Amino acid sequence: MESTTILNNVEERHVEELDTVTIRFAGDSGDGMQLTGTQFTNTSAVMGNDISTLPDFPAEIRAPAGSLPGVSGFQLNFSSHDIRTPGDQPNVLVAMNPAALKVNLPDLEDGGILIVNTDAFSENNLKKAGYAISPLEDGSLQGYRLFKIPITTVNRAALRDEVKIPSKEIDRCKNFWALGLMYWLYDRPLEPTLQWISDKFGKNPEVGKANATALRAGFAYAEAAEVFTTHYRVKRAAITPGKYRKITGNEATALGFVAASVQAGRPLFYASYPITPASDILHELSLRKNFGVKTFQAEDEIAAVCAAIGASFAGNLGLTGTSGPGLALKSEAIGLAVMTELPLVIVDVQRGGPSTGLPTKTEQADLLQAMFGRNGECPVAIIAPATPGDCFHMAIEAFRIAVTHMIPVIYLSDGYLANGAEPWRLPTMDELPKFPVKLKDPVPAGTPFFPYERNPETLARSWAIPGTMGLEHRIGGIEKEDITGNVSYEPENHMHMVVTRAEKVDRIANDIADLEVFGDPSGRLLVIGWGSTYGAITSAVEEMRKDGMSVSSVHLRHLNPFPKNLGDLLGKFDRILVPELNLGQLAMLLRAKYLAPVISFPKVKGKPFKISELTAKIKEVYED
Amino acid sequence: MSTNINTTDAGNGQPLVKLNRKDFVSDQEVRWCPGCGDYAILAQIQKVMPELGIKRENMVFVSGIGCSSRFPYYMNTYGFHSIHGRAPAVATGIKASNPELSVWVITGDGDALSIGGNHLIHAIRRNLDINIILFNNRIYGLTKGQYSPTSEFGKKTKSTPFGVIDYPLNPLSVAIAAEATFVARSVDRHTEHLQMVVERATKHKGVSFVEVYQNCNIFNDGAFDMFVARDVKADRMIELEHGKPLIFGKDRNKGIRLRDMHLDVVDLSGGASESEVIVHNEKSPDSYLAYMFARMEYPDYPVPIGVFRDVEKPTYEDLLTDQVDGAIKKMGPGNLEKLMHSGETWVVD
Repeated sequence: MESTTILNNVEERHVEELDTVTIRFAGDSGDGMQLTGTQFTNTSAVMGNDISTLPDFPAEIRAPAGSLPGVSGFQLNFSSHDIRTPGDQPNVLVAMNPAALKVNLPDLEDGGILIVNTDAFSENNLKKAGYAISPLEDGSLQGYRLFKIPITTVNRAALRDEVKIPSKEIDRCKNFWALGLMYWLYDRPLEPTLQWISDKFGKNPEVGKANATALRAGFAYAEAAEVFTTHYRVKRAAITPGKYRKITGNEATALGFVAASVQAGRPLFYASYPITPASDILHELSLRKNFGVKTFQAEDEIAAVCAAIGASFAGNLGLTGTSGPGLALKSEAIGLAVMTELPLVIVDVQRGGPSTGLPTKTEQADLLQAMFGRNGECPVAIIAPATPGDCFHMAIEAFRIAVTHMIPVIYLSDGYLANGAEPWRLPTMDELPKFPVKLKDPVPAGTPFFPYERNPETLARSWAIPGTMGLEHRIGGIEKEDITGNVSYEPENHMHMVVTRAEKVDRIANDIADLEVFGDPSGRLLVIGWGSTYGAITSAVEEMRKDGMSVSSVHLRHLNPFPKNLGDLLGKFDRILVPELNLGQLAMLLRAKYLAPVISFPKVKGKPFKISELTAKIKEVYED
Repeated sequence: MSTNINTTDAGNGQPLVKLNRKDFVSDQEVRWCPGCGDYAILAQIQKVMPELGIKRENMVFVSGIGCSSRFPYYMNTYGFHSIHGRAPAVATGIKASNPELSVWVITGDGDALSIGGNHLIHAIRRNLDINIILFNNRIYGLTKGQYSPTSEFGKKTKSTPFGVIDYPLNPLSVAIAAEATFVARSVDRHTEHLQMVVERATKHKGVSFVEVYQNCNIFNDGAFDMFVARDVKADRMIELEHGKPLIFGKDRNKGIRLRDMHLDVVDLSGGASESEVIVHNEKSPDSYLAYMFARMEYPDYPVPIGVFRDVEKPTYEDLLTDQVDGAIKKMGPGNLEKLMHSGETWVVD
């Protein structure tokens, strides 16, 4: 439906209530789409909607303007009820240029709202996007509610006499103009963004004024020019009462590690080498020096993990963070931490692989690398957060396991969690686990000390740090004699130590919660997920259950070892479906461990599951 | 480095008991080949330790992989035998976490300059207050006789039956280029000189890089004999001493002069004047001369030993501690609840 006609004298425009809206802002990577999306998200969160976001940006910092690889998008889902994903299909697409239209149009729902900046549809830009004829003129957009707005022109007109900044700077405000328009369309207040502008541009008030003026102008244009016949309202969501903030997975991860340090009573040492999409954790933690957090930007991935191991040996919470390629480089050193039985946490914010792969896209294909990617029998604990907010709790859990069991822990986040945001209910201090570390006490010189003597329950050795009198000892990567920790090439001892290190990991299962089933504890179909697929899987299962189907799900946050009740659960369903953003890695582990006939549902496209993809697969497997 | 020198108090109110060499000998059997130069280095370091006034529990020896890297097992201190090439990175984590510790890196020519080259230069440029002792025997010993990055051009080894075609690295040139604040060289069998250099390295606040010529009597025997042997060393080596002219020779009749950006060996008994000879200044803010000295190789020059460079610069761990202290002073000690509740929050009833 074409809606460019301006309606005359319609005093009261129709207001329509909606449950859930999914919007995608798309433009050139220099167009400020991430900022626009973030502002809309923040405002919606403050209004009490439930939200979920999916930024989608290119790996190139500034790909050529107007080109297809340079398109940057930000999708957000806001709702009056509980939502868990950024939405399958946008209902609204804001396309700031032809390339953005070309890349994003296939995702827009049929009949969806499509807002385009017609000023950007120049011959040159059309060519760059690969359009022979302008799609605005060839009728190809008939299936959508198209709003053609010359955003650059109207933004210039609004700002020209108001602010004294160069016209190039004026044009850079057009994203705020578009945001203003969207605020009117979805009945949002301008105040949170105006406040943000005034905080952000305090030192540059003219630019601040320009952005504020653009925002107001976009809003006023939508209201006065009567482009739209309807505007929409999405009520507050009925979410658990409490105090909330919006948080991304990387922010929550960093915050969780600071919390772990506080709860363990040991300083945090974070060593990392910049890598997408993990670098934000380094940025966040480097701000937390007043918590005694030390951050170290190492010369490479190997140095980062080795410095973290050194820090652990010295009594700090040694932490390193990376993405898949970096995890590969750290393998040997992780083996050293396994051998020396030191607490260490390794964050892998997974991205598309192999090799450099798709740095800014999401994937879950490092599970088997985390599990097996080292020489020798080299087990580590593996955990994975399920949502951006859960990153906070699982970061604490990572160190709780590492220091309680004196073992390295790999924490598998991914690009989708790292950059996605959701409202996060702030936990109270007493909701957080406490696990004060007990270091080995000094002994008078000459008293024998056995560095590999073990706690009989966990098999953990003691944490004896340099600077402690009487505990001088030597550790290293050569096989250790149990108890004494001396170098040993004894055949029986090696077998014993290999088994002991495996048993140490297995015994973590005594110390983690049983899985909770979403739905009935037995039935026709069980869906098993892990990591960032939680939202899509849970929503899909919820939908199927509403349709009366006997479908349940469990979500694994502990992947090595598995929670104790997993084996029993597998026997209580006729069919088991394992959707993953890889070619079936968890499925392989489940088959190997439980001999369970699981059905793998892989997707490796650099994108998260859509709810509709999962419901379709669930139906297929259910009826099969 | 100069960490925690303390001769009067053990930190627990008790007077510090003077330790002796044996207190630094661990209960582990030393497993180097009989006749290896490593024994001499171990003995000198164990001998120097009690003189440093550092508590044994505050010492950490970190190593990588190779013959020399077995060293920590033989020291009755804290020790970490890490993985190949990575000792400087492990040591960085230890020192940055606890600046009170006296941290030592024991490494070899392959460990430090081949697989671990990257970590070495970065640990040096950060100027952590650690001591790096590089045992240079110009060969891979533990893997049984392949050439190393310091092996001479053309050398025939197990992996180069037709001769080495890589040009060797000079460890001191690398250290000076990476802005090391203390650079020295000694020889395994020059026991007193080695003790002096180790002691000086310990007292230096900042990174100390010491190359020790070490004989591998199995795979590269006599590699340094042509200049370190007792009967020739006076004419073929030169000892750098701060404030003293670069004069050498059995008869102290030869000197080193700088002319046209080039070092010359001059004959003081044959017309050259002592006033032309360079006076060594290890405190010079410029590293150029130290670099030129590092390039003096036999047979063109006498091989220099001693302290090439000893300058002051703030250390990494002090700067890091200052940032942490500064943040606490400015923002107050971290309050987790406050941090969680920061940013834009809203309440759902």
